[in-house]
This record gives sequence, C-alpha cells and structure tokens, in this order.
Amino acid sequence: MREMFTKSMARNIYYGGSVFFILLFLALTFDTHRAWPERDNRQAITEQVAEGKRLWEENNCIGCHTLLGEGAYFAPELGNVYKRFGENTEAIKIFIRTRPVEGIPGRRSMPQFNFTDAQLDALAAFLKYVSGINTENWPPNIQG
Amino acid sequence: MEYQTQAIAKPYFIAAIGLFVAQVIFGLIMGLQYVIGDFLFPEIPFNIARMVHTNLLIVWLLFGFMGAAYYLVPEESGRELHAPWLAKLMFWVFLIAGALTVVGYLAMPYARLAELTGNHILPTMGREFLEQPTITKVGIVVVALAFLYSVGMTVLSGRKTVINTVLLTGLVGLALMFLFAFYNPDNLAKDKYYWWWVVHLWVEGVWELILAAILAFVLIKTTGVDREVIEKWVYVIVAMVLISGLIGTGHHYYWIGVPAYWQWWGSIFSALEPIPFFLLTLFAFNTVNRRRRDHPNKATVLWAMGTAVMAFLGAGVWGFMHTLAPVNYYTHGTQLTAAHGHMAFYGAYAMVVMTIISYAVPIMRGQEAKSNRLQVMEMWSFWLMTVSMVFITLFLTGAGIVQTYLQRYTDTAQPFMVVQDKVALFYWMREVSGLIFLVGLILFIASFWPERVRQEQLEPQAA
Repeated sequence: MREMFTKSMARNIYYGGSVFFILLFLALTFDTHRAWPERDNRQAITEQVAEGKRLWEENNCIGCHTLLGEGAYFAPELGNVYKRFGENTEAIKIFIRTRPVEGIPGRRSMPQFNFTDAQLDALAAFLKYVSGINTENWPPNIQG
Repeated sequence: MEYQTQAIAKPYFIAAIGLFVAQVIFGLIMGLQYVIGDFLFPEIPFNIARMVHTNLLIVWLLFGFMGAAYYLVPEESGRELHAPWLAKLMFWVFLIAGALTVVGYLAMPYARLAELTGNHILPTMGREFLEQPTITKVGIVVVALAFLYSVGMTVLSGRKTVINTVLLTGLVGLALMFLFAFYNPDNLAKDKYYWWWVVHLWVEGVWELILAAILAFVLIKTTGVDREVIEKWVYVIVAMVLISGLIGTGHHYYWIGVPAYWQWWGSIFSALEPIPFFLLTLFAFNTVNRRRRDHPNKATVLWAMGTAVMAFLGAGVWGFMHTLAPVNYYTHGTQLTAAHGHMAFYGAYAMVVMTIISYAVPIMRGQEAKSNRLQVMEMWSFWLMTVSMVFITLFLTGAGIVQTYLQRYTDTAQPFMVVQDKVALFYWMREVSGLIFLVGLILFIASFWPERVRQEQLEPQAA
C-alpha cells in the first residue's frame, strides 16, 4: 500500500491541486467583482467618504476597534455604529469630539484626536457608508 | 556546520529572539490595559501598543524564517550561499528599518507618522497588521527581493531537494502576496477582500510551506530517517495546505460585503484546513518513532514535536472552532479570535523558529548539542512557554464564550463595554499566564548564553 503511493504521485497532487485551486479562487474572485455593485454600497462613496476612510486609517482606529468584525477587540464594533447611534452622524461627531485628553481614571478611553469639524464630518460620512454595506445581517444585533 | 555561509543565520536568530522579547513586553502592557484601562494613557494608547505587538511578531518571524533559510539552504543545496555579502547587508537594512518604524510608532502620534512618511502619496497605512509606513513596506519588498536572490540562486545552482523547492515556493509566495499590501481602494469591501490576500494567504497558505520545510529539515537531521519517506510526507502536507487553504480564504469573507455563496465555500474548505496540521503531527511522531539515531540534542526534538502538536491545536482545532459560517456569525471578532490567534501563531510559527534555533545554534558553536544542564533549562523554557500559552488561550476562550453569549447570542444583548467588565477576571488570569510566558522566554535565552564565564572559573581548578 505504502509503495503504491509514490513520491511523484504526491508531487503531482501538490502541483496539480495548487494550480486547480488557484484557478478556482480566481474564478470566484472574478464573480465576486461582478456581484459587488449590488452589495458594497459603492454609490455612497463620495470624496468625503474617501477622506473619512483616510482619516480612519491615518489615526489607526483599527488598533482598538473592529470594523465589520476585523481589527482589535479592545473597543466597540463600528460597522454598525451609525445605526447604534440612532442613524445620527451628529451624535458620532459629538462622541469623538468630547473624549477627555487625559482619559478616564481606571477605564478605557478613546484618545482626543483634535479633529476639525470637516474631518469629523468625513469620519461620520465614512461610518455611515460602511453601515450600508450588505453584510448578510452581521452583526447579529445592534450592540455589534 | 558544513558551509561557512550558514553562519549568516546567527545574527538573524539573535535579532528574532530580541524582538520576540519586546513583543511579549508589549503584549503584557496591552494585557494590563485590558483591565486597567488608563495604564500608560495617553503616552502609549492601546492601539500603539497593539500595533507594536503585532508588527514585532511579523518582523521577528520574518527574521526567523530568513535565518532558517540561510542556515538550511546551503546545506540542502550542497554549496555555499550565493552573494553572502548581500545577506549580511540586508540584515542591517531590515533591522534598522524595523527599529526606525517601531520608534516612529512610539515617538509620535500615528497621524503625524503618516504625514511625515508621505502616506497621502500612496496610502497603505492604518490597516490591521499592515500599519507600517509605505516607505517601510517598500523596504520590506527590497529586503525580500535581495533575500530571494541569494537563496534562489543558491537553490537553482545547487542540489534541488524537496525541502529546498517547497521552502523557496513558500518564500516566493510570501513576497508575491505582500504586494497586495500596496492596494488600498476607497471601497471598503474591496480593500478587505484583497487585504486578506496578504494576511490569510500568508499565515494559512505560504507560511505553512515554510513551516513544513523547516520542520522536515530538522527531522531529517535529528532522526536520520530516509529522505524519500520524509519528502513524500512534505508533498502531501503542502498539497493539503493549498487545496484547503486557498478557497479557505472564504472563511474571512462571510460578513464583509461579498456574495453569500462564500459562506459555503469558506465553511467547507476551511473545515479541511486542520487536515494538513493533523498530517504534520502524524508526520512528526511517525518520523521520531522510526528514528535511526538518537540525536544528542533532545531539546530540538522536543521543540519539533511540540510545534506539530501545538500547530494542530492552535491553528487546526481552535481555528475550526469558529470557522463554520453559522458559528462565526456569533463569534466573529470576539476574544475567540484572539484566543485562536495566540495559540496558532505560537504553535505554528514561533515554535518552528525556536526549533531551528535550538537545532542550529549549538552547531554554529561547533557542538552537536548543548550540555545536558543547558538542555534541561531549554526544555523548562519549552514547557513554561507552551503551558502558559495554552492557559492564555483557554482564558481568552472563556472570555470569548461569555462575550459571544452576552453581547451576541442572548435575546437581551448588552453593550460591548458592559460585557468587557464582566469578563475582566479572564483578562487578569491571562495577564498572569503572560508573565509566566515571559519567564519561559528569558529561560530560553539563558539556555543559549555562552558558557565561557563558567569555563574560565573552572579552569584554575583543573590546573
């Protein structure tokens, strides 16, 4: 039995299997691209949203929060924060703006980033856009 | 040591372990911030500590992989390394670039670092694990290309073994997939889709080829088992890695705005991902059982078998636990992910790097194995680190299960921070386990400290 399964057969499975599944992965990726316009809320991506995403990145928000479940697990999920805050971008802006500079004694606290009003608008617009992506009803409830 | 150029691996190993220590210290800082929220705030906020912790992990593992390649490729190829000067130069380039990046993280707000390094020209920063300034990413590509040149030329002009070929495939894949780090569209769904091509196809793809190759090399050397048998195992393992892992990428695609069919593809194929890890465990035990010699380096054999078992538990079992879409719907992005991440990275990658260090460093010093006393110390470090990592994982799993229930599953879901307070006890116990892990790591280093001082003390007595 051991002799029937030779090294060259194992090698062929490795190369053949890899090539087959790379091609399958690429085909599925192609199909995903085809399906995206219906799902990824691209019509909501404005200049302001793009600016918000840059701010999200350049302040390393993912280092504490999760966004659609990915990131750090130290602070709340923000993919649905727009809905959790009652679909109110103003409430999001107020929350970010009012973080204490020296934190909260003994507690986790978001840093004070000193954003301008335009920057806060961009961040809120980005979070609103994210909440419109079709995530197959994830997260299970409003708490994220 | 058969070839002089194998010694190039040594500084790579030293840098790897040095950065590993720093990584664990930052892990302890974060662990404390989980329960004492204002610890070091606002000087080192959590996001900075976390970025340092994860980036150091990646960099020290890359140092470890490069060191492993520089050590084993000349021996496998039966010739000296091609362009050894380049390998020596790249060590300093990589170390200085890495150190400057970490200093940048700690010395200034992240937004300032983004501004200073011109992130607006080609924005790539601020995505999990890919936080490095764009210029650092370019540096990583340069180092990777130089490294692949040295190693690739050595393999191509020397003896082509299965270990060499698989290792080289893994390293080329590593460099190739990293290029997706430069693609960062405004469309978040697309951004995330291709971000996983770096992250998943590294740790659940090409890195596993590197892991299998390093482990196979050490097993051949320590057990004397016939190469033909080992090579067949390696092919089967890496075949299963790619057959399951490529489409297995889908298990990250459930909730990020792609078609729902990914839930099926991802669930089915990622459920197969434990198979190569199980084969790896069978392979290690089988090989050691059929050994033709008893290698004097007992500690290395312990590391090699430990790697196989812990990789299966951490990557295989803990990964499977939350990989099926209906389960992941509730567990996605909770402490269960953190639990899995810790044991998988330690079990598969940290341990394989320590395996090759354990094997190669004594040989570089001209002995087949360390003294019995130092080997015992090294085995203590193995058990302290491994057992404390098991407990870190178990405590985070406990936290994750409670979190999943209270925040996601129950009809009266509670807010994130309310739930975090309820699981604080788990975080405290995780922190204590982390301290024991650090003790284990220090013991590992101590077991490799040169014994010269002791010998000098002994000499007068001998005379």
